[in-house]
Amino acid sequence: MTTSSATDAPRPTTAPRPIARPRPRAPRRPHTPGRPRRSVLLTVLTGVVLLYSLVPLLWLVISATKTQQGLARSFGLWFDGDFALWDNITETFTYQDGVFGRWLLNTLLYVVVGAGGATLLAVLGGYALAKFDFPGKRAVFAVVIGAVAVPTTALAVPTFLMFSKLGLTDTPWAIIVPSLISPFGLYLMWVFATEAIPAELMEAARIDGASELRTFFQVALPLLAPGTVTVLLFTTVATWNNYFLPLIMLKDPDWYPLTLGLDAWNKQAATAGGEAVFNLVVTGSLLTIVPLIAAFLLLQKYWQSGLAAGSVKE
Amino acid sequence: MSKYSRRLLRGLGLVCVLALGATACGSDGDSSDQKRVDAADIRAALKEGGTVTVWAWEPTLKQVAADFEKKYPKVDIKLVNAGTNNDQYKALQNAISAKKGVPDVAQIEYYALGQYALTKSVTDLTAYGADKLAGSYSPGPWHAVRSGDGVYGLPMDSGPMALFYNKKVFDRYEIAVPTTWDEYVEAARKLHKANPKAYITSDVGDAGLTTSLLWQAGSRPYKVDGTTVGIDFTDAGAKKYAETWQKLIDEKLVSPVVGWSDDWYKGLGDGSIATLPIGAWMPANFASGVKNAAGDWRVAPLPQWTKGQSVSAENGGSSLALPALGKNKELAYAFVEYANSGAGVRTRVENGAFPATTKDLNAASFQDTAFPYFGGQKANKIFAESAKNVPADWTYLPYQVYANSIFNDTVGKAYVSDKKLADGLDAWREASAKYGSEQGFTVEK
Repeated sequence: MTTSSATDAPRPTTAPRPIARPRPRAPRRPHTPGRPRRSVLLTVLTGVVLLYSLVPLLWLVISATKTQQGLARSFGLWFDGDFALWDNITETFTYQDGVFGRWLLNTLLYVVVGAGGATLLAVLGGYALAKFDFPGKRAVFAVVIGAVAVPTTALAVPTFLMFSKLGLTDTPWAIIVPSLISPFGLYLMWVFATEAIPAELMEAARIDGASELRTFFQVALPLLAPGTVTVLLFTTVATWNNYFLPLIMLKDPDWYPLTLGLDAWNKQAATAGGEAVFNLVVTGSLLTIVPLIAAFLLLQKYWQSGLAAGSVKE
Repeated sequence: MSKYSRRLLRGLGLVCVLALGATACGSDGDSSDQKRVDAADIRAALKEGGTVTVWAWEPTLKQVAADFEKKYPKVDIKLVNAGTNNDQYKALQNAISAKKGVPDVAQIEYYALGQYALTKSVTDLTAYGADKLAGSYSPGPWHAVRSGDGVYGLPMDSGPMALFYNKKVFDRYEIAVPTTWDEYVEAARKLHKANPKAYITSDVGDAGLTTSLLWQAGSRPYKVDGTTVGIDFTDAGAKKYAETWQKLIDEKLVSPVVGWSDDWYKGLGDGSIATLPIGAWMPANFASGVKNAAGDWRVAPLPQWTKGQSVSAENGGSSLALPALGKNKELAYAFVEYANSGAGVRTRVENGAFPATTKDLNAASFQDTAFPYFGGQKANKIFAESAKNVPADWTYLPYQVYANSIFNDTVGKAYVSDKKLADGLDAWREASAKYGSEQGFTVEK
């Protein structure tokens, strides 16, 4: 962690140090991150895994350039004669009066409000649990750890029944409200806040006369940024990919997220008189993962430093 | 009811509408099953306007709804695709159980309608005069929407069966188009021998196809009388079916591709699936899903179990029904009648649907339609002939949706193991009977 080591560094260490650090022998170079040891086996394995994860993506990109007929007649991993990517994209956005755009906006709404809200709650809760003592803290810990283990899919049906009683099914709230809770995010923020915010810093802020709110916003929050981004990414991906919850909550296609909408298009092919639009399903899928890839690339550096938090004891 | 009192009622209804607005007219929610609703009530409701929520996946309904709204500007048709067949039935059942969010109109397939009728989850439409439409539908679909004296939906489309075959493939290997199921097995052998990658059809066990073929073979496995049901797959028709289909399975003559998947569409396109015995609604799916094989396919009458006969069966097809908990019953019925019996039928036929109304089936413009996809063939003639040849006495179980859902666990085993089709059917009977008893039906042994 860069931030905590920066504050740790100037302090004189009084702890007994080992007399002599075992130095690597001269001819052999140390395995520093800059020069890792090469292993053929490891390289091959990594290559296989890379290929394994890239081939479906490659298939998706290539298939998105094909027409409906092209999909049926050509080899999956190479291009067909007609290059129809732009036509497919235009048709995806105009098919059925442009309902795809509506699904995209719905998904964005669920992600911004749901995942954003979940991140906010996780940051607030994690900070409080990490830095304040109160009765029942251990019980909260147990509940959070327990909640991490319960898959959201298993809770979907009880949630549906509850929301049905409240009259919230078939409204966007049915997707947003359950998305606001992220036990794993809370746990991550809790652990992160414990490591990332030195108690001394908070004490210093308090001695300087800062209120609790000011301490949180001006001292703690900047230090929590990498963790916040990590949690934001996790919740964004979870909400973006959410399928089962919207499936049972929503009937009105106007409120569908992309996952349900694409599924509906896919199922059209299995309907008497329905139109098979596999090319649009494929193109739509590609368009659906683009924002996620963009989010990962943009937030990557925060995310990486966030994951490593607390992994090295200083 | 005498003419006089009917007129009086009509007058009263009108006064009521004028004075209070349609919804304020007391009794229309509770006991409307018994109350007669006549044309004037419906006209009044149309004038008053309102919203009708329709759960349907049938694509041609979109245009019908738009036309209807244009004709009756105060009516708003909210067309919702709540999933296809099983998905929608689940959603509908949930909504009915929760007594919340029940649509005013729901598309329900013929095989599934019985269970809604039996539980009175859908409105008996005789009160709306639907029984008078008896003569205007072909016998198969009409029989399917009736239960006892009630009419529980209006037939939307029908699926008289025909044999779709890839002429290019048949020509290349010089195979004659089969007219009987024995010839069909012969053709399957010949084709697979000539090209080991080609199969006569694809089948991994499909309850809809099996029940349709049993229907055609003269088997009547289900007997339903109120809450008493009988299940039996041992009659002569069922035997014929099981023996013939067993040959196809044993000799691996059917492709193990799952129906309606992209692989299936691919197989229909590249000739590796050479025929489809299926309902007459299939041309639209061919045109949109198998574009690259345009011109290769033709339509022939369904192969017969006995040479020289011309017996057919229905495969698929659905009705529009009014869920009992729906609102705006008059408006809902007006829409259903428009879509399935009135002007909407023409619109739907023009958009590729296959009608259930005899008038439209027999219309010259319908029968003379040349299908460019089928090389200019006037395929509707074959379909319309098939519709006439459907025996009307077929009955599904009152819980056929459940029975079909366990088809692959029972009969499906015959496709993937040494188990015989006949044993599979017996296992299906047993499981269906057990479920029936658990649900409170009297199951005859």
